Formats: sequence, structure tokens, C-alpha cells
Amino acid sequence: MYNLIGAGLIVIGGGIGLGQIGGKAMEGIARQPEAAGKIQTAMIIIGALLEGLAFGALILGKA
Amino acid sequence: MKIAKKSIKFLTIALVALFSATIFASDLDKKQDNHKDGGEVNTQEEVTAYIQHHLKDSHDFTFFSYTSSEGERKHFGFSLPVILWSSEGLVTFMSSEFHHNDDGHVIVEKNGLKFAKIHSKIYELDNGAATVSFDETHHATNAHKTLDFSITKSVVGILFAAFLMLLWFSKLAKQYKTRKVPKGFGRVLEPLVIYVRDEIARPNIGEKKYKKFMGFLLTVFFFIWILNLLGLTPLGFNVTGQIAVTVALAMFTMVIYLFSGSKDFWAHTLWMPGVPVILRPILAIIELAGFILIKPFSLLVRLFANITAGHFVVMSLIALMVTMKEAFGPVASTGMSLALALFIMVIEILVAFLQAFIFTMLSSLFIGMAVEEHEHH
Repeated sequence: MYNLIGAGLIVIGGGIGLGQIGGKAMEGIARQPEAAGKIQTAMIIIGALLEGLAFGALILGKA
Repeated sequence: MKIAKKSIKFLTIALVALFSATIFASDLDKKQDNHKDGGEVNTQEEVTAYIQHHLKDSHDFTFFSYTSSEGERKHFGFSLPVILWSSEGLVTFMSSEFHHNDDGHVIVEKNGLKFAKIHSKIYELDNGAATVSFDETHHATNAHKTLDFSITKSVVGILFAAFLMLLWFSKLAKQYKTRKVPKGFGRVLEPLVIYVRDEIARPNIGEKKYKKFMGFLLTVFFFIWILNLLGLTPLGFNVTGQIAVTVALAMFTMVIYLFSGSKDFWAHTLWMPGVPVILRPILAIIELAGFILIKPFSLLVRLFANITAGHFVVMSLIALMVTMKEAFGPVASTGMSLALALFIMVIEILVAFLQAFIFTMLSSLFIGMAVEEHEHH
């Protein structure tokens, strides 16, 4: 039960983080469309780092 | 004409996919009927057990299985060799000797030793024991695990991916001896190789040193990608979702960046210049923990959790047609699960590429951190 609540909290946190990254990247691309490629790569890397953090927490919660 | 050909190809692929989904569905369906007759096992539990079993490695290669009208369990597939290093040395036999039993009731006797398979792990029975006995938490009390070098399903998947890569890339490499532009399937591979080189290795490792690491990065990229895609086929592989596989991949990356670290890297890790001396040991501990534990851990957990979660979601959505059958009727539940599973499957194809890309990208980022040389002012 408690680990399900924890999983929900992790997902909320990860969602906020991913939303921030995605939103800011969108803004950046809209302002500078010619830098879209670089922004996307950086966005994916940061997204992956965040995802690793969230998945790590989920796995620890399950164990 | 070309468009017609293409659409025929697409339709064939769609048909094959649909057909395999139907096989899977009918498999689950029959299970449920069986339990209705017995009236003992909850369908939800059965589905969960089925998914849990899929997520694990298995000693035999089963395409699908069902219970016949006589109540007999039928398996379609083939058995794989079991290779064990037991207390008496090497023991080999075929996994068919376990008769698909997974709860330790079938005992195989070889070289005077007894073996039982419990939850996809092979146990060796202690001296004098005839059957496996369990304690309350369902742990075997009179058996212990042996070193298992079996050709399991995941090993078959790895060997298959290795075979494909050897075939494709040796052919591609050979073509460059006689011609500038590759032909055939090499035309698909060349842009991918160049993509890994120009978008992943070069900007992260640096113009001077990226060449040394291209072999590793390309191998890891295609290995993960092929195995991720193989996991989406109805063959039922789950190789990159095995934590042992991702641990090994992350260990490779760790060993490579630790052993190719430059003088500057070690200086900055162990004795950071430019900060007060009292802080330096603390920073060294943090940096070392980051490079030895946290970075490889995040690499391996990301890949493992993504693929496991993907398989879990796809299988749960396919199982909807069984669990929702009573509530919505067969047509609505099948349609719903088909639509949802198709949607997730498309995302999973993207994830399969993304995870291979991310693993390679972060590996090259870490390698780049380690080999970087600073200009001294």
C-alpha cells in the first residue's frame, strides 16, 4: 500500500520534471528554430537522467 | 506499382502481427476457461503469474502453451541445454527433462546428483534428500543453487543478436574494400553507423579520441537496439529486461571509462584543484562514488526498468481481453485491448530506439568526461 503511494509520488515528481524540461525545450526551439537539433539532444539527455532517478526510486520502492 | 508493393508488404506485416496477437489471446482465453471449470484460481492472479514468468529468463523456449480439453498442458517450442557447475563438477542435460515443471516437483538425476527447477532457477538437492521441502515463505530448505551456465532463452537471444550483427557488419565492412557506397542492407546500416559517429561519439568524446571508442559504442548501440526490438516480437524474448544483462553492459562502460581516464580526470576526481584543501577529500569521495556506483547504476537501472515496464504494460493490455471479458463482452474487450496494445506497441518501438540511443549517448558522455584533457593556464 505505502509503496504504491510512494510510486505515485515518484510519478508526480517525474512528471513535473519532464514537463519542465519539455516545456522549456519547446520555448527554446520556438525562439531559435535553427538550434532545434542541439536542444532536442540536450533535452533527451536531461530527460534520461531524470528517468534514471525516478526508475531508481521505483525499483528501490519495490525491493 | 511501387506503392502497391509497399502496401502489400505493410498489410502482410499487419496480418502477421494480428495473427500473433490472436494466438496469444487464445492462449490466455483457454487458460481462463480451464480455471472456470476448476473454479479455484483467480484469472487476475493467473495473468500476473504469466507476466511475471515472461519477465524472467527461462530454461526452455516456448512459443505458446495451452490446456487441452482433456486438461493436459500443451507446450509449443523446444527445449534448451542446461549446463551446470555442481558440487560434483560439470553436469549437462536437456531442459525437457524437467517437463516444463517450475515448482520443484520434477527431480532430474544426473551423475548421482538430484536437480529441481523452482521459479526458473535450478537447485541442487542436498545429500540424501529425495524431494524438495519448503518453509513457510516458499524457500527451499534442503536444496541450494548451483552455478548455472545454461543456454537459456536470453542467451539464445544474445547469440541471435550477435549472429545478426556479425553477418550484417562483416558484410558491410567487406563492401568498402571494393566500392564507396554499400548496397543492399548495408544502405540501411551506413546512416546509422554515421549517426552514432557524428551525433553521439564525436561531440561527446572529442575529435581527437573518439575513434578508439567507436567499436564499443557501435556494438552497444546495435546490441541494445536489436534486442529491444526482438523483445517486441511474439517470440517473447526479454533480454534487455534481464538485470544481469544490463549490469554487464554498464560494467563494460564503467571499466572502459575508468581505464581510459586521463591524468587530468584522476586529478580532478581525487584531488580537485581550486577548492580549499579541507574540502578535497569530501569531493573525492563524492566523485568516486559517482563514477563507480551512481553512474553505472543509473545506466543499468534505466535500461532494465524501461524494458521491464514496457513488457509489463504491453502484456497487461493484451491480458485485458481476458480480464475484462465478463464486464464488457468478448468483442468490446478484445477491441479495447487491441487498440491500447497497438498504441503502446508503437511507443515501445520508439522506446526501443531511445533506450539504445540514451545508453550509447551517456556512455560516450562518461567516456568523454574521463578522457578530456584540460588546458593549463
